[in-house]
Amino acid sequence: MIQNVTALEMPVDEEFRIQKNHLSRGKGKRICIVTGTHGDELEGQYVCYLIAKMVQESPEKLTGVVDIYPCLNPLGMDAMQRGVPAFDLDMNRIFPGNSRGSMIEKVAHDIYTDLSGADMVIDIHASNIFLREIPQVRISEMCADTLVPYAKMLGIDFIWIHQAATVLEATLAHSLNSIGTPCLVAEMGVGGRISHSMCQHLVDGIQNIMYNLGIWSEAPSADKIGESIVNQGGDSVAFLNAEVSGVFITEIHNDVRVERGQTIGQIISPLTGMVLSNVVAPCDGLLFTIRAYPIVYEGSLLGRIHKL
Amino acid sequence: MKVQTIFRMSSPYRDDFRVKAYTFGEGEKSLCIVGSMRGDEIQQQYIASRMVDVLQQLEAQDAIKPNCSISVVPSVNPFSMNLEKRFWALDNTDINRMFPGYGQGETTQRIASGLFEFVKDFSYGVQLASYYLPGHFLPHIRMIHTGFEDVEDAKEFGFPYVAIREPEPFDTVLLNYNWQIWDTKAFSLYAGTTDVIDHSMVQVAIDALLHFMVKKGLVATKSKIEDVEPILVTNKNLVNIQAPHAGILIIEKNAGMQVKKGEAIARIMHPYEGKLVCEIQSPVDGTLFFVRNKSITFQNTLLFRIIKD
Repeated sequence: MIQNVTALEMPVDEEFRIQKNHLSRGKGKRICIVTGTHGDELEGQYVCYLIAKMVQESPEKLTGVVDIYPCLNPLGMDAMQRGVPAFDLDMNRIFPGNSRGSMIEKVAHDIYTDLSGADMVIDIHASNIFLREIPQVRISEMCADTLVPYAKMLGIDFIWIHQAATVLEATLAHSLNSIGTPCLVAEMGVGGRISHSMCQHLVDGIQNIMYNLGIWSEAPSADKIGESIVNQGGDSVAFLNAEVSGVFITEIHNDVRVERGQTIGQIISPLTGMVLSNVVAPCDGLLFTIRAYPIVYEGSLLGRIHKL
Repeated sequence: MKVQTIFRMSSPYRDDFRVKAYTFGEGEKSLCIVGSMRGDEIQQQYIASRMVDVLQQLEAQDAIKPNCSISVVPSVNPFSMNLEKRFWALDNTDINRMFPGYGQGETTQRIASGLFEFVKDFSYGVQLASYYLPGHFLPHIRMIHTGFEDVEDAKEFGFPYVAIREPEPFDTVLLNYNWQIWDTKAFSLYAGTTDVIDHSMVQVAIDALLHFMVKKGLVATKSKIEDVEPILVTNKNLVNIQAPHAGILIIEKNAGMQVKKGEAIARIMHPYEGKLVCEIQSPVDGTLFFVRNKSITFQNTLLFRIIKD
């Protein structure tokens, strides 16, 4: 059943609305699949489609509630902008919102209220247009004990436990986790694109969580749920930042093991034909992030390595 | 006057990115004024540039006090202003969400770090700030309630209003917050507009900055304004008025005007039929502190902030 989570007037003959697909059978537990917080992240669109299709093709296997929220930022999605057009705000920096605040604050509040109390929320992100990520779950260290077991059920490639940053307190995931509604943040792929295989892999993992929570009666086949690599944070991730401005060229894709000193790529000058910088791995490890957008300034992130 | 490039970075296709500081006097780092940090903060940059001119004249008159140095950073983000973008053009990040910065981090973290290294040891810091919503503010000094803020010092700008607000999670990455944490007495100065120059407000800001410098004994000159006991603006005496409906917005009162409870201050018109959708009335007696200046409104958009009498 398609439902409005919130609806507000726009200036000229249009209603702003956030919608969800409420799929329910019985009074079992509730899982929420949310995505589209950033208008340049599209991977979650296909995941939502696959989950809705799975439930609608086998409704007899549903033993609880699946709520699917494909787009928390419809204006950003429409304009292919990461933030919210007209407000110049990052939708994922204003939670839990404010029922008496501006339109976007009210929208954030209504989304947060609608999700509160769910037995599991999967918040799907797709990096941005600059970086390509392997499928991963990111967990603030303060929530690690609660969330890591769920993340492992996803069978996702990589689990990154990171330090809690104050600025991240305004994210949807932090807001929900802080009131006891478990929320996993999945990151994968690259902005503006959909990777079918990654999406299908995440759907298998979501099905496994649904099965373990008693929301779905059928487990995915065991070969679809792999072991996750868990990174404990701190200095166990190496960051590769551009030393100079220029154009980053690489032949490497992410999800590969690299060795200390191995060439990751080069920063070149199209004007002079010179190599401005050789980018090399500072350690052995798993390259889980690689830059997808070639133009770089000094400091631009080129990659991240899980140290091994 | 000493001109320094406090941060420089090459660009793939453009001239080098440079952040410049103008310093007057010598000795203890007394006051630093930071102008535009976003590409649309033209009012803020113009005020900073005018302060460079004012301080140059004071220095020529030998009016900068001994063992006192005053610096002005007119722009932290000239690249974005040249592109007419508010934030860093490549990735839309906001330098004022990157403090205290990180010299080995991403581009805007490095810019923030470069600025903060220069500004962090001053006794007083003033950021010429802008509001994220389009509109006009009464000129005022604003501080974040960190426990380090100093209301008595804020009064020395001679502004009739000093606003104090409670910190939000994102505040921890603002320049003003980090200045305070690093023992600089930090103030945000709001001077009316952002992307257009309001000359009367420019003069108000210059007079306030000069008044502060005189009161703090940093310069030997006469202030053009008198001391005033400012009204403290907090959540307790500030009333927000939001749009009950969306539509064409007709504002009928300007910032600074006194309004009475029940007085009409705006109308929202139907965008196709030209009919009145609703009239917005002031819910209190007071002074219009903020007035939106866009001619359309979404439902719930903040239109006015009124300081209650």
